[in-house]
Amino acid sequence: MAITRGFSGRRRQAERDPRLPPGQYDVGKSWPVLTAEPTGRVDAERWTLTIDGLVANPTSWSLKELKALAARKNDGTDTYRGDIHCVTTWSKLDTSFTGISLDTLLEVAQPLPGARFVVEESTTRYRTNLPLDDVTGGKAWVVWEHEGRPLTREHGGPVRMLVPHLYFWKSAKWISKITLLDHDEPGFWEINGYHHRGDPWQEQRFDGD
Amino acid sequence: MATDPTPRRSARPEEDRKLAATWRDAKVVSVDHHGELGVILRLDVPDRVVHRPGQHYVLRLRAEDGYTASRSYSAVSAPSDDLVELYVEKVPDGEVSGFLAEVVEPGDVLECRGPIGRWFAWDGRSPALGIGGGSGVAPLVSMLRHARDVGHPELLHLAVSAWTAEHLPYREELEASGALIAYSRQKGGSRLDAAVIAAVADPGATAFVCGSARFTLAMESHLLSAGQPESSIRIERFGPTGEGDGDG
Repeated sequence: MAITRGFSGRRRQAERDPRLPPGQYDVGKSWPVLTAEPTGRVDAERWTLTIDGLVANPTSWSLKELKALAARKNDGTDTYRGDIHCVTTWSKLDTSFTGISLDTLLEVAQPLPGARFVVEESTTRYRTNLPLDDVTGGKAWVVWEHEGRPLTREHGGPVRMLVPHLYFWKSAKWISKITLLDHDEPGFWEINGYHHRGDPWQEQRFDGD
Repeated sequence: MATDPTPRRSARPEEDRKLAATWRDAKVVSVDHHGELGVILRLDVPDRVVHRPGQHYVLRLRAEDGYTASRSYSAVSAPSDDLVELYVEKVPDGEVSGFLAEVVEPGDVLECRGPIGRWFAWDGRSPALGIGGGSGVAPLVSMLRHARDVGHPELLHLAVSAWTAEHLPYREELEASGALIAYSRQKGGSRLDAAVIAAVADPGATAFVCGSARFTLAMESHLLSAGQPESSIRIERFGPTGEGDGDG
């Protein structure tokens, strides 16, 4: 590995915010938009979220029903406050999202014993794959608010996935379906050269990392 | 340009994929400044994997204490080019782009990996429409060079925009190609508005749209209004949501 002549780096390692995974920089207040397909157009009134596949109780919810379920739950699991990391090297620190924990939804849908993976699918037909373990145990949400405001369309509104411990392409915008499977099925970026799991702390950016 | 205009189709895609993901030390062969706006780097990449126009490379800068910073840049060169050419727009206060534009000289060595991305990539055989804003023209110029190389310039149509002629990278090459060019902040200028995009939209082509978030959002909306199928639109965005043109 070559040292770059004349490069000392503006953000010194010693002063680096420990919340930043390797190779990431802090975008501060801004929030870049990255989408490879046209921005989803979702009618919040008609939108539903479905959990199907290897579950005992395949279920669909309207946004109203999700909000009611989150309100009934009322145990503080509806909000994430923390950091998000995009594979294109920006991170956004200490930000918040509100919605409903995926655990709450899976309590209703009841995963079958053979379920080991999930595929998230958007209204745009964007897909991304994850091990089931990465979306259970307080690690994943379906969210409709960012910092107390409705999610905007370019950021995946009205409703998106949030899996903040992985690179953000694993958090599908305009989420409409979550399917549980007994096998792994590569999604959009995973087919197109990106890593299958996408752990920012291990810099799993591209195929082969 | 190399003499053989046809990029070889890899006989060993798995190996190439692994090689593309491997960090390699590339030698800077030439550095051409685009005024104060950006810089064109031409790199000699060892074990170069032939890219498809639209794919990108990642450059990584490494300080003596191991600190690194990396950013992605689209390849501008044709697949047949022996060197990899990148256009780096100088981002205000940009740690990486500022260094590449101000410090790097021919002979320097930069860590790189690539080519990466199989979505925003043109096969060079099917009709394509490229729409780019500002430095977003970079991958489209690679497509243009490739279309010329393979003797099928008619497959590719380009519509690009920049604030003024001075802001448009590869202006002369784009002009010579017959690309539709709009200057949005120039006296007597124009924009890629709904009517212009409706005139170039082609449901039979794949539309490659590259630019800031604001630019690409406007273009995809014009394309959809013009009847371009949603499934035929591929987008490469950079920059934050709001104030758009401080790209990447």
